[in-house]
Amino acid sequence: MAELLRIKSEAEDFQSEYFYRNSQAEEKRQKENQAATRIQSWFRGCKVRAYFSHLHKKAVIIQKIWRGFTARARFRQMVKAAYFIMKMNFYEEMAVRIQRRWRGFFVRKYIHNFYARKSYLEGLFRKNELVRRELEELEELQKRERDCLEMVKEQTAKVYQAHRLHHLLSTKQSPGVFNSPFRSAPHEMEQLLRQVKYQAPTRLAPGGRACLLSMPGPAAPGFSGSHGSPWIKTTQTCCSSRPILPPIGSKKQQGVFREPGEVWEQRMHCPDLTLHLQTSYTHLEEAQNRLQQHGSIRLHSDTLGRGTGRMLHHLSHSSNSFAQPAYAKSFR
Amino acid sequence: MSQRHIIQVFEQYQKSRMQFVQTVADLASRPQNIEMLQNAGVMSMLRPLMLDVVPSIQQTAALALGRLADHSDDLAEAVVKEDILPQLVHSLASQNRFYKKAAAFVLRAVAKHSPELSQAVVACGGVDALVLCLEEFDPGVKEAAAWALGIIARHNALLSQSVVDAGAVPLLVFCLLEPEMALKRIAASTLSDISKHTPELAQTVVDSGAIAHLAQMILNPDAKLKRQVFSALSQISKHSVSLAEMVIEAEIFPAAVACLRDPDEYVRKNVTTLMREVVKHTPELSQVIVNCGGMAAVIDYLGNCRGNLRLPGIMMLGYVAAHSENLAMAVILSKGVPQLALCLSEESEHHIKAATAWSIGQIGHHTPEHAKAVATAHLLPKLLELYMDANSSEDLQAKTKKALKSVLQKCTYLPGLEPLLYDVPSNILKHVVCQFSKVLPHDSKARRLFVTSGGLKKLQEIEAEPGSLLQEHINAINSCFPEEIVRYYSPGYSEVLLERLESYQPA
Repeated sequence: MAELLRIKSEAEDFQSEYFYRNSQAEEKRQKENQAATRIQSWFRGCKVRAYFSHLHKKAVIIQKIWRGFTARARFRQMVKAAYFIMKMNFYEEMAVRIQRRWRGFFVRKYIHNFYARKSYLEGLFRKNELVRRELEELEELQKRERDCLEMVKEQTAKVYQAHRLHHLLSTKQSPGVFNSPFRSAPHEMEQLLRQVKYQAPTRLAPGGRACLLSMPGPAAPGFSGSHGSPWIKTTQTCCSSRPILPPIGSKKQQGVFREPGEVWEQRMHCPDLTLHLQTSYTHLEEAQNRLQQHGSIRLHSDTLGRGTGRMLHHLSHSSNSFAQPAYAKSFR
Repeated sequence: MSQRHIIQVFEQYQKSRMQFVQTVADLASRPQNIEMLQNAGVMSMLRPLMLDVVPSIQQTAALALGRLADHSDDLAEAVVKEDILPQLVHSLASQNRFYKKAAAFVLRAVAKHSPELSQAVVACGGVDALVLCLEEFDPGVKEAAAWALGIIARHNALLSQSVVDAGAVPLLVFCLLEPEMALKRIAASTLSDISKHTPELAQTVVDSGAIAHLAQMILNPDAKLKRQVFSALSQISKHSVSLAEMVIEAEIFPAAVACLRDPDEYVRKNVTTLMREVVKHTPELSQVIVNCGGMAAVIDYLGNCRGNLRLPGIMMLGYVAAHSENLAMAVILSKGVPQLALCLSEESEHHIKAATAWSIGQIGHHTPEHAKAVATAHLLPKLLELYMDANSSEDLQAKTKKALKSVLQKCTYLPGLEPLLYDVPSNILKHVVCQFSKVLPHDSKARRLFVTSGGLKKLQEIEAEPGSLLQEHINAINSCFPEEIVRYYSPGYSEVLLERLESYQPA
């Protein structure tokens, strides 16, 4: 029994304990549940966090490695590009240097060549001087030529005057106008008058006046000497030692002479006087044939006469007494 | 008996007609008789005599008519109105050479007065008849015909074209080759008159080979021929570059320079005109002429002649200098600038002065070297004077202003610029001051000279609106000098000093 009581009291204690514990547990259930939930969630969170951090770390590692890789690749690329750019810059700079030298050379040589310009201007200066000098010489020469011509003209005019005033020459008895006794020496006109040879007046052509110069030629050597103007040349050709011939064309021929032109023409045409026929060998037959074709009867009788008439035609210029009819001319 | 009597009557009448016509022709050669002859009705008298049976009366009547028409306008118009021209033209084809000469003379006398009369001559077929005359053998007839054609072609392009259309040009070129000097002269003169109007006419003349023949004649001793030849060549070459090049290719140039010393002044003038016409087209053509020494010859020519004869030479220098700066330097080296200065001072006509001013402007506007050459010849004050002169014509003023401006913009020769600070209109002054402001900041000697010569003083006296370009330049110049000096030279400085003196209290 004691055991039973004990067990019963124990059972009651047990029950009350049980009830107490349940109620306690019931009271704390929520709290404990919450606590447990909290712990569990915390633990789960820790687990997940640990997992995440693990993942995170791994991801970081992967990303780290990847980024390093890409960055290094990019860097290598950048280095390559920079190297390339550096090379290109270098080349460009060298090219600029070459082009700069070349352009400077080209412009200085071909476009604004300072030394060429300088030498050109110097050459031009010298050329100008040369041209100026030459032109002055030329002008001088031409002026001298003109002056000489003038002087020659004057001299010939004087000589012509002297020729016309020949009668004023002083004689032994009486001195002439130009030889006044009060003068120390005779006037130059007097000298000219003495030199000019008197010629009977003829109807001279204007070129004939030039012959007068042949007289005072020795007195004026300087003029007819060195100049090539055409007027002086004619006087030089006249200044030969031949005497002056009488003019040809002005006199009429006396007597029954024929015109010179006519005689000349006859001489020129004389070779036609041959024994050969002027016409072809078979001319006669052809003419006869043509006449027969024309059918004119009158001509048969004159065939022979026509042949001789042709030869005689050139001997006498007059028309033949056989009175060749007009159509005979067509056979010539 | 009576037959002789009748013949005598006719002979008498013929003699009296001949006498009348000869007397009229002699009277008509003196100008004072013309009016009286006209009042006496000579035109209607001469007209039937031109249809006379006797050839010598016809010729003398034509000669008299020609002389009458030559002297006055109205008589020429009367000739046209009375329908004498068709008769003349008709008989030109058939008559002998004396008549042709007289008829060509009449046509020439009628055509020379005005384009309308020339048109009347062309309208009645005169040009074709004259071209037929050019084919004659007698040189006198050819000369008269060529002269008449030249007079017709001179008036305007249309008449020239009608002369060319009648086929005159090849015949005229043949006339150039004839030995008679007068014929050559007239042919050259006619070719010159034809080619002066338009490029097409000049091209026609060139196509018939005229240039080679003209080029052969440039060293001929006859002066009048040379005048016409050079005139023809210059009329041909003035139209276009290709024509000028063709003239140059005929290798005229070193030889033609010798003609610049010819005693005849018109030959010289025409050579210079030719050079001017060639030079104005391109720099290469100018180069050809400069290289053969033409520049020196032209400048000497300018020294020897006076008046209007100088004009082509001056213009030639201007054209050469206008092309490029080394040609302008060539002009300067050949002593062109002193010569142009002489021309400017000696000549009194405004158009010549204007041309000289233009040439100077063309020479000086390239670089500072060129402007210095112009300034050292003391040309800037002279140009200014011409610009300011109230008597100068508009053209002269405009040209001197342009020349002055263009030279000033490149001039850095300060002693030459100094005189231009005084009495100068503001549009010129601003260029002068601008040039000073460019040079003074860099050159200390120039600054010193500027102060001592009174330029700074003058500069301060210039009144300019603040903010204008002139004021900016003045400020730029003032900033090159220390402030005391600028204040010293500013106007009214002595009053300022006196005021300071009065307000000063000795301590």
